Amino acid sequence: MHKSSKDLVKCISRFQSLLVLVLMVIAISLLSDRFLTAANGWNIMRQISVNVCLSIGMTMIIIAGGIDLSVGSILALAGAVTAGLIKSPVPIPWLGIELDFTLAGAMIAGIAVGMLLGWFNGQMITRVRIPPFVATLGMLSIARGLTMLWTKGFPITGLGSSFAIIGTANFLGAPVPVWISGLLVLLFIVVTKKTRFGRYIYAVGGNEQASRLSGLDVDRIKLWVYTIAGGLSAVAGLIATSRLDSAQPNAGIGYELDSIAAVVIGGTSLSGGQGSIWGTVLGCLIIGVLNSGLVLLDVSPFWQQVVKGIVILMAVAIDRLRNRGEDQ
Amino acid sequence: MNVASPTATPVLSGRGIVKKFPGVLALDRVDFDLNAGEVHGLIGENGAGKTTLMHILAGALQPTEGEILLDGQLVHFANARQALKQRICIVYQELNLIPYLSVAENVFLGREVVGTTGLIDAKSQNLRCKELLALLDPSIDPRAQVNTLRVGQQQIVEIAKALNAQARVIFMDEPTSAISDSEVEVLFKLIESLRREGIAIVYVSHKLDELLRITDRITVLRDGKYVDTLVTGDTQQETIVRLMVGRDLSDMYVQNVSEIGEEVLRLDSLSQRSDIGEHLLVEDVSLSVAAGEVLGIFGLMGAGRTELLESIFGLHPKSTSGSVSIHGKRCDLRSPAAAMGHGIGLVPEDRKKQGLVMGMSVENNISLSNIGLIESYALLSRRLEKQHAESYIKQLSIKTPSMRQKASVLSGGNQQKVVLSRVLSTIPRVLLLDEPTRGIDINAKREIYALVDQLKQQGLAIVVVSSELPELLGISDRIMVMCEGRKTAEFSREQANEENLMQAAVPGFQAETTNYA
Repeated sequence: MHKSSKDLVKCISRFQSLLVLVLMVIAISLLSDRFLTAANGWNIMRQISVNVCLSIGMTMIIIAGGIDLSVGSILALAGAVTAGLIKSPVPIPWLGIELDFTLAGAMIAGIAVGMLLGWFNGQMITRVRIPPFVATLGMLSIARGLTMLWTKGFPITGLGSSFAIIGTANFLGAPVPVWISGLLVLLFIVVTKKTRFGRYIYAVGGNEQASRLSGLDVDRIKLWVYTIAGGLSAVAGLIATSRLDSAQPNAGIGYELDSIAAVVIGGTSLSGGQGSIWGTVLGCLIIGVLNSGLVLLDVSPFWQQVVKGIVILMAVAIDRLRNRGEDQ
Repeated sequence: MNVASPTATPVLSGRGIVKKFPGVLALDRVDFDLNAGEVHGLIGENGAGKTTLMHILAGALQPTEGEILLDGQLVHFANARQALKQRICIVYQELNLIPYLSVAENVFLGREVVGTTGLIDAKSQNLRCKELLALLDPSIDPRAQVNTLRVGQQQIVEIAKALNAQARVIFMDEPTSAISDSEVEVLFKLIESLRREGIAIVYVSHKLDELLRITDRITVLRDGKYVDTLVTGDTQQETIVRLMVGRDLSDMYVQNVSEIGEEVLRLDSLSQRSDIGEHLLVEDVSLSVAAGEVLGIFGLMGAGRTELLESIFGLHPKSTSGSVSIHGKRCDLRSPAAAMGHGIGLVPEDRKKQGLVMGMSVENNISLSNIGLIESYALLSRRLEKQHAESYIKQLSIKTPSMRQKASVLSGGNQQKVVLSRVLSTIPRVLLLDEPTRGIDINAKREIYALVDQLKQQGLAIVVVSSELPELLGISDRIMVMCEGRKTAEFSREQANEENLMQAAVPGFQAETTNYA
C-alpha cells in the first residue's frame, strides 16, 4: 500500500507539468468558449516563442549549475543592433568607408553580438571565478546600457517587409516564430540528450569536481553553454523586434524571470544536474496558457501576476516533495 | 571504576534498531544500553554502523524499525532538537560550531540569555560561560571568536555547550581524531570528571587503546549487527579485535606472485607548492613503479599523499614542478584529460564528492571518462552505452537494481566499483588508487583487493594510498612512506611491518628511517 502510493506520486510527478497543462486547458475551455480555438492556439504558441528561445539556453545553463540574468538585456541589444544595421550603414571614419549590411548580414551581426556577450559572461564565470548570479547581473546592466547608447533611447522602427517575415508571417500554416522556436527545441533536445556536449552539461552541473577528475574540460563546457545561450537570446531578440517592426530600447525587461520560471515549472532543478528542454517547453506553454486564459476570463492583470507566482511556487513545491520521496 | 549496577534502569536504550538506507542495511536489529555515570565505548570497523546508531539514539536520524527508551519510557525523537530537550547531546567529529561567533555565543546558541529589554544579555552569558569553562579549560576566553581557537579547544567549547544544555547523555564521535596528545590527556581528565557527575558518555571510536583506557563497557558492532557488550576491565585487546573482525584476516588479501615487468611510471623530484603561500605540500618525491607491481604509500593526515597523486594526475599544473615519465617518456601533464591520455587513471579519495556524479545513472557514470566509446556518428548510442556498462557491471560484479539507477542509491562498495569502472574504461597503464576501500563493507573490500591483484597480473602499474596499515601490508609489493610532503622511507614487502612504517610516518623520525630505503 505504502509502496504503491509512493509509486503513484512518482508517476504523477514525472508528468506533473503535462498534467497541470492539460488540467488548465480543460478548466479554461470550460469557462471560456473563445479559448479552445485553433486561432487562439497559434496565438499562444506565437506569444511564447520568444520565451522558448530564451529558455532553451536558460535550461542548459541551469542544468550546468549556473543562472543567467542577462538574457532580457541581450535580447534587447541584439534586436537593436540588427535593427540599426538594417536601417542605416555604419560609417567607419578612419577608413573613410561605410559598411552597409544586407538583411542577413544584419541578423548574423545581431546573433554574433548575443554570442559575444554570452561568451563574456562565460569568461567572467570561468576565468575570473565570479559567481554566475553576479556576473550575469553585471551583464544585465551593461547590455541594457549598450542598448540605450546604440538606440540613443529611441525605438528603431520601419524595418521593412522582408524582416517582418520572421515575426509575423506564416509558413505551411504555422507562424514563422513557432517554426524557429520549434526547430531550435528539436535541435537542442538532440544536443542535450544525444551528444557528448549535452552529457557533459549534466555532469558538470551534477558534480563539477567529479567531472574535472573524470577528464572533462569544465571551463570550456561552461563557456560554450553561456555563449550558446547568448546566441539564443539574440534569436529571441530578432523575433521580438520583427514582430513589433521596432527595436525598443527597453525590450525584454524582466524576461529573465519568465524564462527562469518556465525552466523551474518544467522540473529543472536550480541546483543543477537535472532537467530537460522538453520540460521547459511545457513550462513555457503553462505560462502562455495561463496568460491567455486569464485575459480571456477578464481577470485583472494585477491578479494575473499573483496567479503566475502561485503556479511557480506550486511547481517547485511538488518538485521538493518528489525529491524528499527519493531521499528516504 | 564505578560501573553502574546491571539492575538499574539504563538512561538510554535502543531495542531492535533497524536502519535502512537505499541499497544498504546500515543497522540490523541492534540493542544498546547506556547507564548513568558510565563511559560506554562503541567500536567497529568503518561501515559497522557506529555513527548511524549514535545518530539514531541522539535523534539526528530516525530508525526504520525499533524503539528508543529513555529512563525505561518509550520516546520518539523527530529530530536532534527534541533529543536535546531531553538533554541528549552529540559532540561531533567535525565540530558543529559557528566559526565567526564568540565562544559564549556558541555555547548559548539556541538558549540565549535574554534580558528584560528583549536583547541578548552578553555580559551574563560571558560570565556564565566563564564559570563553565573554569571547570574545563580556564585558558579559553568566552569572548574569543571560535575560529581563532585550536581544534582541541573547540572541542572543549562543544563540551561546554553540552554541559550548558545540562546534558545527561553525551555522544562523542571520534573525539581524538584531530587533536594533539596533550589535548587528549585534557579530554580524558574531563571525561573522568563528567562521569563522576553521573553523566553517561558514549565514546565512539575505532581506537582500541583509548577505549580500553577510559571506558567502563564496550559494545562491538560488525556489519550493522550487534556483536557483544564487554566489561572493559575483563577484556583483552585481542578479544575485541576478534569480535570486530569476526573472521580470520589471513584470507582477506589475495596476492599472487606476478611477474614484475619494466618501469612504467617514474617521478623525478616532484614538488607541489600550496596555492596559498610558498609552503610545499609535496617536496622532492622521486619514485618508480613497474608493470605488474603495486606500490603502497603510507602516511598520516597531511603527509601529502593525496596531493602527490593529484599532481601526477595533472590537477595542479601551475604549482607542480619536477617530472613525470611514462615508459621513459616525459609527459606534460597539464590537466586530468592529458594525464588520462598518457594512460594514467585516478580513483579519488572521496567517491561522493570527487568520484561520481551522484544524480546520474550508473551507466552514464561508467561512460563519462571515455565517452568516445559510446558515440556513433557524433551521437551517443543507447545500445553501445548499455553494452559498455553491462560489461563492467559483470566484470566487477556491481550490484545495482538496474544500470539506469542513480549512482546515489548504491552502497559504498558498489559506488566505488562504478568509479573503478569509469577509470578502467580509459584503459590506463598506471592506476592511482586513493583510499580505495574507505567506508565500504568487508566483502566489497575483499573484492577490490582481488581486483587490484587481477589488474596487477594484467601488467598495470598500481599506486595505492591508504591509511590502513594491514591493507597496505596485504596488497603492496613495496611500500613508500611520506611525512610532511617528503618521502621518508621505502620498504620491500619483506622488510615492512606496522612498526617501521608508523615510525617513518611520524614527524621527527626521518633521519633514522631513511636507512631502510
